[in-house]
Amino acid sequence: MSSGLYNTHKIDFDTTLDLTRLKPYGDTMNDGKVQTSFTLPVKDDARGEEAARQIAKKMGLEEPNVAYHAPLDKEFTFYVVYGSCVHTVNYEDIHVITVESDVMSMEETNDYIREHIGRKVVMVGASTGTDAHTVGIDAIMNRKGFAGHYGVERYEMVEAYNLGSQVPNEEFIKKAVELHADALLVSQTVTQKDIHIQNLTNLIELLEAEGLRDKFVVVCGGPRITHELAKELGYDAGFGSGTYGDDVASFVVTEMVKRGMK
Amino acid sequence: MESKLGLNFELVNEARTSAAHVAADVQRFIDQHTTVTVERAICRLLGIDGVNEMDVPMPNVVVDNLMENSLLPLGAAWVIGNAILETGKDPQGVAEAIDSGELDLTKLPAHSDSEIRAAIKPYVDATIQRINKNVAKRNEYLGRFGDKQGPYLYIIVATGNIYEDIIQAKAGAKQGADIIAVIRTTGQSLLDYVPYGATTEGFGGTYATQENFRLMRAALDEVGEEQHRYIRLCNYCSGLCMPEIAAMGALERLDVMLNDALYGILFRDINMQRTIVDQYFSRVINGYTGVIINTGEDNYLTTDDAITSAHTVLASQFLNEAFAKTAGMREEQMGLGHAFEMDPSVENTFLYELAQAQMAREIFPKAPLKYMPPTKFMTGNIFRGHIQDALFNMVTILTGQKLHLLGMMTEAIHTPFMSDRALSIENAQYIFRTMKDLGSELTYKENGIIRNRANEVLTKATELLKEIEKLGLFTTIEKGIFADVKRPKDGGKGLNGVVVKDEKHFNPFIEVMKGKVAAE
Repeated sequence: MSSGLYNTHKIDFDTTLDLTRLKPYGDTMNDGKVQTSFTLPVKDDARGEEAARQIAKKMGLEEPNVAYHAPLDKEFTFYVVYGSCVHTVNYEDIHVITVESDVMSMEETNDYIREHIGRKVVMVGASTGTDAHTVGIDAIMNRKGFAGHYGVERYEMVEAYNLGSQVPNEEFIKKAVELHADALLVSQTVTQKDIHIQNLTNLIELLEAEGLRDKFVVVCGGPRITHELAKELGYDAGFGSGTYGDDVASFVVTEMVKRGMK
Repeated sequence: MESKLGLNFELVNEARTSAAHVAADVQRFIDQHTTVTVERAICRLLGIDGVNEMDVPMPNVVVDNLMENSLLPLGAAWVIGNAILETGKDPQGVAEAIDSGELDLTKLPAHSDSEIRAAIKPYVDATIQRINKNVAKRNEYLGRFGDKQGPYLYIIVATGNIYEDIIQAKAGAKQGADIIAVIRTTGQSLLDYVPYGATTEGFGGTYATQENFRLMRAALDEVGEEQHRYIRLCNYCSGLCMPEIAAMGALERLDVMLNDALYGILFRDINMQRTIVDQYFSRVINGYTGVIINTGEDNYLTTDDAITSAHTVLASQFLNEAFAKTAGMREEQMGLGHAFEMDPSVENTFLYELAQAQMAREIFPKAPLKYMPPTKFMTGNIFRGHIQDALFNMVTILTGQKLHLLGMMTEAIHTPFMSDRALSIENAQYIFRTMKDLGSELTYKENGIIRNRANEVLTKATELLKEIEKLGLFTTIEKGIFADVKRPKDGGKGLNGVVVKDEKHFNPFIEVMKGKVAAE
């Protein structure tokens, strides 16, 4: 099937790593090897396969190899394509904004709060807007936490309120004021048509309109949230997948101290 | 069937008895109450449909009017029957007259109950006939094509646009899917009305409307004729409009319905008094129409731990079975739910999953169990995800699960691409084919991990049910025993739509449907 299986081609490219011209790595430095899969709304035949190859070329893949194709319906075909990416990026020039706080354990955070804040920190969390998914906010807040990282409800020095899902922003703010919140934790799981962006923006606008933005540390999280996006939208921090209760708690308490919130 | 697990069936009987007592206790509450959506469902079944100039669905127009005029305790059937006698209009005509203000219900003299029942009867009969025809049509298809042996491959579509959903559903059906579920748009469960007409905008799903049901039903019949298979259609009979969705499903021949009050209470913060009353009527309708319901126990494990809380799943299955029985539903329609949600980093979790699934199979031998794929421990690593789904597929074929919701390797990332579904179907078919009879070849060793696990879970579930029997269902939920979520009896959404019934109140559809199956 695949002519690339036992590749004896002579390597005709420079195999030294140059971070100013970074490329994907398959099994040889700078080979640029990439695998991709996609569906085209055409029937499964030689013409479709050629279309897949041309799409891959336009994606910047040299010598594309259609390793697999199969019909999904009369007029839909699935392709798995390999190729060598022609593009490079300058790694040296890349600067990413990430959450800058040392992640502390639950006990360390509790001690930090006792020492620097001297009272329990109130965190109010919710999956806001129309989002019905609680998986994110639960992972951060529920006592059990997730993947061995305890949720903030378990923290002795944190008073945590998980308002659950589908909490309108207005209600979220009202509740936060009532509970004398120090930090607002917003989770967004549904991201179809970028509904999370609208919803997250709306919360900040409401907070600003009511002059409350500075009263809280406001963070958001979800599978498609990055710290950079969160900052852009006016949040103090953003937490993507692979972050847990301890990441959030550490950030919140250090940010509070930084801002002199007591 | 001989128990592979050496289950203690005395415990099973005790658990079942406790659950029956809990359900009977709740039924006393149900029998005294009605709700806005129960009455709207009656309106729908009487043929009231459409929206007014303000886009308010006509059933809401009627029931809001009853609520404002404190007529709701009498029930829609009584009030409309009375109005038919006074005006000579049909139910739709009555609804329109209420909407235009031409008819003031409070001014109508009250006719006798027997006159009212006689006035309503032709409309009740017409609807029952329509439903009977739908069920007969399903039976005819199943007779002609035969029903699928082994697990039903169950996939979801969720584009937000019913026409796009149809494209995806037809492709999925051709690839081998047996059940197509149209996921509802985020937030629909909290709407206290059912939107009207074909819809093309939704987030994370598509509005459940009667027209969308009709469009999808027609599309699946078309592809079914082509494939010589009956493709089942599933939607969500949950949230604040449970019985209305059940009524719409009955009118448009849906086959499978998510239908679980506990799920709404715990995960949508719907008031427990409201939804338990709603659930009852919805299950009576689903029972009559031969719909397989799905219960939501699988969701407990998304917030609670699958290893330590497995017994809450079993306890809830017993309760859901008891509630379905009090609504007159047959065991063959009880798609009791559970899920493959144990932490892949823990040793022997596959054995525990196997024990749980086999246990459910043996305790509920006739129920078409609904088995949900891994979600909680799915990550962006789609390659591992595909393997997790493969393990899940193995449990299904080894233990005879019936409604097999296919796992998607891209679960943690986006709603499925067309290709994700195809790969998932291929994965399941490969495993179901090559391991078809492996389950019947296996026995589990005495005092081994699998048997001990199953018996431990059963023992804990039985103890829990005894506790619930003492506490009552409402208090149990208030204490956060299910899914680690606490809900107050008077909290949540929808409580203001619950009223105590007047002694004149009647529900003509429960009278016809309860405990029966259409076209039989």
